[in-house]
Amino acid sequence: MPQVKTVLRGVRPYGEDPVDIVVAAGVIAEIAAAGSAAGRVIEASGLIALPGFVDIHTHLREPGREDAETVETGSRAAALGGFTAVFAMANTSPVADTAGVVEQVWHLGKATGLVDVFPVGAVTVGLGGEQLAELGAMATSAAQVRMFSDDGKCVHDAAIMRRALEYVKAFDGVIAQHAQEPRLTVDAQMNEGVLSGQLGLTGWPGVAEESIIARDVLLAEHVDSRLHVCHVSTAGSVEVIKWAKSRGIKVTAEVTPHHLLLTEDLVASYDPVYKVNPPLRTSADVTALRAALAAGTIDAIATDHAPHPHEDKDCEWAAAAFGMLGLQTAFSIAVLTMINSGLLDWRALADRMSVRPARIGRAHGHGHELKVGAPANICVVDPGASWVVEPATFASKSRNSPYSGMTLPGKVIHVLKAGKPTVEGGDLAC
Amino acid sequence: MRHLLSAGDLDVDSACLILDTAAQLASVTDRTVKKFPTLRGRTVVNLFFEDSTRTRISFEIAAKRLSADVINFAAKGSSVSKGESLKDTALTLEAVGADAVVIRHGSSGAPHRLATAGWIQGSVINAGDGTHEHPTQALLDAFTIRHHLRDGTGDLAGVRVAIVGDILHSRVARSNVLLLRTLGAYVTVVAPPTLLPYGVSQWPCAVSYDLDEVLPHVDAVMMLRVQSERMHAAYFPSVNEYSRRYGLDVRRMGLLPPHAIVLHPGPMNRGMEISADVADGERAVMVEQVANGVSIRMAVLYLLLGGMADDGKKEI
Repeated sequence: MPQVKTVLRGVRPYGEDPVDIVVAAGVIAEIAAAGSAAGRVIEASGLIALPGFVDIHTHLREPGREDAETVETGSRAAALGGFTAVFAMANTSPVADTAGVVEQVWHLGKATGLVDVFPVGAVTVGLGGEQLAELGAMATSAAQVRMFSDDGKCVHDAAIMRRALEYVKAFDGVIAQHAQEPRLTVDAQMNEGVLSGQLGLTGWPGVAEESIIARDVLLAEHVDSRLHVCHVSTAGSVEVIKWAKSRGIKVTAEVTPHHLLLTEDLVASYDPVYKVNPPLRTSADVTALRAALAAGTIDAIATDHAPHPHEDKDCEWAAAAFGMLGLQTAFSIAVLTMINSGLLDWRALADRMSVRPARIGRAHGHGHELKVGAPANICVVDPGASWVVEPATFASKSRNSPYSGMTLPGKVIHVLKAGKPTVEGGDLAC
Repeated sequence: MRHLLSAGDLDVDSACLILDTAAQLASVTDRTVKKFPTLRGRTVVNLFFEDSTRTRISFEIAAKRLSADVINFAAKGSSVSKGESLKDTALTLEAVGADAVVIRHGSSGAPHRLATAGWIQGSVINAGDGTHEHPTQALLDAFTIRHHLRDGTGDLAGVRVAIVGDILHSRVARSNVLLLRTLGAYVTVVAPPTLLPYGVSQWPCAVSYDLDEVLPHVDAVMMLRVQSERMHAAYFPSVNEYSRRYGLDVRRMGLLPPHAIVLHPGPMNRGMEISADVADGERAVMVEQVANGVSIRMAVLYLLLGGMADDGKKEI
């Protein structure tokens, strides 16, 4: 049987000179002069090729909240957003705290096949913060879990956190912490500042995040283990992480697209589409987060894609759920905040959206340099295109996007996963 | 103006218009026949997600004196406690043709949401939302202060007011700080630092932790209710300590200038933030506040539903 070759015709890797990328048997077989290669041609002239994006923080809601999202709909949204791998957080129902649940999610991802779905295992049983879940069983399951997180809840007990950090060293795991000191954030609704006082909404002070990060980096140093900090949201957190990295502590961090763009001022509308945890912060925080991502102090963009059914947002603020959609807008927000501002070039963007997140999550097969022999997980984008966000057209089951109606720059055009097109011409290929 | 959501939405002209309208309505209410035909055929719904008999009754009497049809909708259990959602309640009220919805809700911003989410067409009046605002309370307080200290006319330029107590959780304090400043008064909020909101230094008022220092320099002092439950969340060590440091008793009354008045939005914790003899003393104006509340709410209903054109200038 003749080998099928797919050719990305005239594409510019990392925005550099145009070439033909020839893909065969799931890997990049050849990088040839533009217009020279033969095979099944996907026209890509003028477009930019990047390694497929890796999102180490999504909520796919399955099992348990299939009304909000499923692994299948979340995978579709991810593929359309340029991702070839996503990590699915453990706060499902039942919680992903056993080998059985993580294998279920892993199998659902395989069955859909649009992106590689890496289940995140819970750190503690039922996210209860008291007893370690069977981390080893999840690590050795078919899902090969390497990232563990109680995301949505903080592992607030210092002794439990220490044990978790130590324990996962046995299988090269990482603890991804949702840094939120619970006693400082009882009933918290928004960033604590002048505005929260005026709006009468209980404040979520930055120190509740920063104090946990400070404790955890010291614990990670003490036990020489890997810590990952989820959704960093304040300038103060950046300072702590920078200090920790300067000491050689094995800490990595992510920032969400919405924390790179949106600020707390939006909360004055009391529209729950802006309700998110951690909350939207100030413009000074946004500036610090962008600079930290540019400098590499923050390693990755991760969406914290958090679908919620309409009724959980179409209500008064306090009754609404926390969270925002992110998968289908992440790339455009990255272009808007990091590329168009000149803070990152395309190679550096690939580093923050693919290379480093893949490394943090040990997502083997992802985050590779676009070169001959590398797995053909490739995202092809149009940097010059713009589009209007219409949540009703999203592949996600939910509609809670804070960008509704905005015109955003940059569009995902084609995506190859293991050499197979998942997105072509901006639409799902299968 | 279609809604009354925040005292901050009122400029000095519209605030004075409400106060003046209330004054005119009050003078007529003293007559034997207390009813106006103004809002005949209009429907006012009192939508109360929190128990507040006094505020509900005040709005109910106000609407009835204007001949409106009044529906009391005690929506026990908001969507937070998985009762009927605010949206479904609103859609019901819209379907039955409410012209105005007076809403009391435990969640800050609920009236704002009701007014802006597109669920209803009618006017929304905030009768207290969470720890956010209570604009008609501020209006009736301003009305009462104006009556005693400014002969019942004009603004409150130069009047000095202390607001004392749980500023952090008080919607009354937020609305009063905004409205009194708009009217030209100088406000000082007084509380232990734990009961002041983060960022209070940027509010349009002065801040003090020392009640004794403030009292000699004010014309009116407004005592706020302090929930003793706050003690369990470590906002202060004990009821006794709070009362000693921030309670208004006879000794502290002696620090006030002789003309100064004492307000309280009620209900009072006698012996906690205010001693019984101060509460019953001749400089306490709490009973007047209640009566003025009816006039203010009549004025607000009248202006929103009938009288106030978009330029805010229509006369009675």
